[in-house]
Amino acid sequence: MRNGTEAVVVGIAAFLTFLAAGFAQDDLFRAHAWILFAILAIATVVLFRRVEFAPAGQSVAARDTSGYMDDVIRYGTIATLFWGITGFLVGVIIAAQLAWPQFNIEPWLNFGRLRPVHTSAVIFAFGGNALICTSFYVVQRTCRARLFGGNLAWFVFWGYQLFIVMAATGYLLGSTQSKEYAEPEWYVDLWLTVVWVAYLVVFMGTIVRRKEPHIYVANWFFLSFIITVAMLHLVNNAAVPVSFLGSKSYSAFAGVQDALTQWWYGHNAVGFFLTAGFLGMMYYFVPKQANRPVFSYRLSIIHFWALIFLYIWAGPHHLHYTALPDWAQTLGMVFSIMLWMPSWGGMINGLMTLQGAWDKLRTDPILRMFVISLAFYGMSTFEGPMMSIKSVNSLSHYTDWTIGHVHSGALGWNGMITFGALYYLVPKLWNRERLYSLRLVNWHLWLATIGIVIYAAVLWVAGITQGLMWREYDDQGFLVNSFIETVSAIHPEYVMRTIGGLLYLCGALIMAYNVWRTIRGDVRNEVPMGGGQLAPAPVAAE
Amino acid sequence: MSFLEKHKKLERNLSLLFVGSLVAVLIGGIVEIAPLFYVKNTIEKVEGMRPYTPLELAGRNIYIREGCYLCHSQMIRPFRDEVERYGHYSLAAESMYDHPFQWGSKRTGPDLARVGGRYSDEWHVQHLINPQSVVPESIMPPYSFLAATPLTTDNFGAHLKANRTVGVPYSDEMIENAVADMQAQANPDADTDGLEERYAKISIRDFDGNPTQLTEMDALVAYLQMLGTLVDLKAYQQEENLR
Amino acid sequence: MDYSTFRQIADSWGLLYLFVLFIAVIIFTFRPGSKKVAEDVSMIPLKEDDKDV
Repeated sequence: MRNGTEAVVVGIAAFLTFLAAGFAQDDLFRAHAWILFAILAIATVVLFRRVEFAPAGQSVAARDTSGYMDDVIRYGTIATLFWGITGFLVGVIIAAQLAWPQFNIEPWLNFGRLRPVHTSAVIFAFGGNALICTSFYVVQRTCRARLFGGNLAWFVFWGYQLFIVMAATGYLLGSTQSKEYAEPEWYVDLWLTVVWVAYLVVFMGTIVRRKEPHIYVANWFFLSFIITVAMLHLVNNAAVPVSFLGSKSYSAFAGVQDALTQWWYGHNAVGFFLTAGFLGMMYYFVPKQANRPVFSYRLSIIHFWALIFLYIWAGPHHLHYTALPDWAQTLGMVFSIMLWMPSWGGMINGLMTLQGAWDKLRTDPILRMFVISLAFYGMSTFEGPMMSIKSVNSLSHYTDWTIGHVHSGALGWNGMITFGALYYLVPKLWNRERLYSLRLVNWHLWLATIGIVIYAAVLWVAGITQGLMWREYDDQGFLVNSFIETVSAIHPEYVMRTIGGLLYLCGALIMAYNVWRTIRGDVRNEVPMGGGQLAPAPVAAE
Repeated sequence: MSFLEKHKKLERNLSLLFVGSLVAVLIGGIVEIAPLFYVKNTIEKVEGMRPYTPLELAGRNIYIREGCYLCHSQMIRPFRDEVERYGHYSLAAESMYDHPFQWGSKRTGPDLARVGGRYSDEWHVQHLINPQSVVPESIMPPYSFLAATPLTTDNFGAHLKANRTVGVPYSDEMIENAVADMQAQANPDADTDGLEERYAKISIRDFDGNPTQLTEMDALVAYLQMLGTLVDLKAYQQEENLR
Repeated sequence: MDYSTFRQIADSWGLLYLFVLFIAVIIFTFRPGSKKVAEDVSMIPLKEDDKDV
């Protein structure tokens, strides 16, 4: 019998959720439990319909478990794309809310509840799915081993989707512990812990099984990302729930200690989730697409240790001039500036991999995507250390400059490298000769790039405008601007940033179309990039 | 090298990598965070801090639920313009009972660390129901549903108890009377002697202008109106000047 | 333990320790003998990727 146990376990879980909804201590928990019940009930039905029985005396025909386990990665690429578009869409909506407050629909669709949906959707749903599926792909290829743990990889995939759905619905209902990028309440955090441990087991188990004598550096980055995120998640979410079946918890830490713990977490969500993990992708996909080994493998080793050691110290730069003791602020600033070096070490290592192959950029828009991604990585890892200098931070903190900075990193570096990796993966995973259209990739590339440039530039202007207006004095020594004047002053920038985000979203929609046609097996009849001659008429791939 | 030995070495390399990365990422956090819990002077001694009243705590939970911290900071930095705009810079002691902290990271709207007592209750209620009716250029979302939503009071003592577990000095008496205190603070006709004894510097009145019902608006306005009002900053400044 | 004790450790032995560690890591990584291994490892992703599981 296949899927039988799974169906029963999920069914029991659904029943327990049903009980939880009945005995809930507060309305919020009850609503959330009903949502979970609906999801699990549907999952139970689906699983039961898929139960396979064997005739008496025989066992169910074994599935082929020789080659690489790629099914879960196929699901992962589609999930990445789906959550990416969702996250970008919510981003455009909340950007519009800031430009035109009429777009707020109380209570569920107010800015305050939608903003965590946006950040979690892009970081954890889009970025997280990208990391999980690419790390599964990379670790199998570079270890020459099938994923460890059989169906455990499927548990990681579906468990993670459940985490995302529970987090997002929680935000809309008003369930949040108010720690930025760690908003889910205690019960959702516990679930993520279980999934994450399973992820670690699958990943490390695959490395243990490897047939290559060495562990390729991409796996170092993935491994440190998984370990560190586990550590950050456990410490920052330490909290005491009010009741066993209630949604509310109180953080284990208070005030200044809580603030530093949160930003130690928050900055390293950037440092390990959005940097170390994505560098793992970079160290595999850039050499693959350029068909050359990485520029300096030994530089990548220095890069790895320096990056993970230094990043963890940078958190206090989020708390400059606050009630955090000065020594901690200074320490945070010094390490943030030092971080510039390993960051650029990684960027240079990635870019120089193209040494002797720069001509490929003329014909390969996927490689262009990787190069643009590394360029944005370089820019934002220069801007970041600069903004962590206390005197610069005194102006930039609390303003939209920070938001612009984050987006040049997130949209530029994380977004572009993910798009590049997905464009690389889709034809391979579905056994297609090539993508449906490389010209559409180029369209995506330029729409996204223009979108990011608009977004980052106008928010930089908005941030500096607001920062300067807040501290503007007249001849007599009075503050010139009331707060609301500094809000009205940046309305045009808020409109422009919405447009920038919209362009980025359009790029992603083009990608979805391109990927869909590729999976279907279509090939567009088009003039090759940088070529000039017409390609030979393709044979229908059906 | 026999196969077994070889295999052992490979495994050890993975364990080494695991332990090495873990140590590398542990150091920074330990050096920065751990001292905050026991180095003296991290939190200055001030007069006047007390735990939140049940109504204020409920209001604070609504503040968190609605994501107010995403646009409003509660941390005034020691700059001339901020001190003139918002008041005395924030002290670490002022958030010593905040689980979690609400310092914020962005000022799409103004800082709220000392907003208590700056506006009338009526202004707050009107502003929360329809921000643009009071500040036409405002981009704040409306929160009119708060005035129509009754405040959940059942078993609120459990909230105080959870806070006590993490270090907030709520007494048994405070926990026992949590629900009654919550209702009494928004009802000027109630017997409030015990309440005033338990919580110093407390404001007792009908906050939302609707005496017939205890609403979420009552709680949120009660919270906003006490922000930054507890610490006696004059005494603090005098002490500072003595140095 | 108070602030100045921590500060003294950080400014002297702490600083020296991290600096020496940094130099040691660089020397170890770039020692002449590691070149061949590094080149071999860097070729891992470029091997055929759909066979040899």
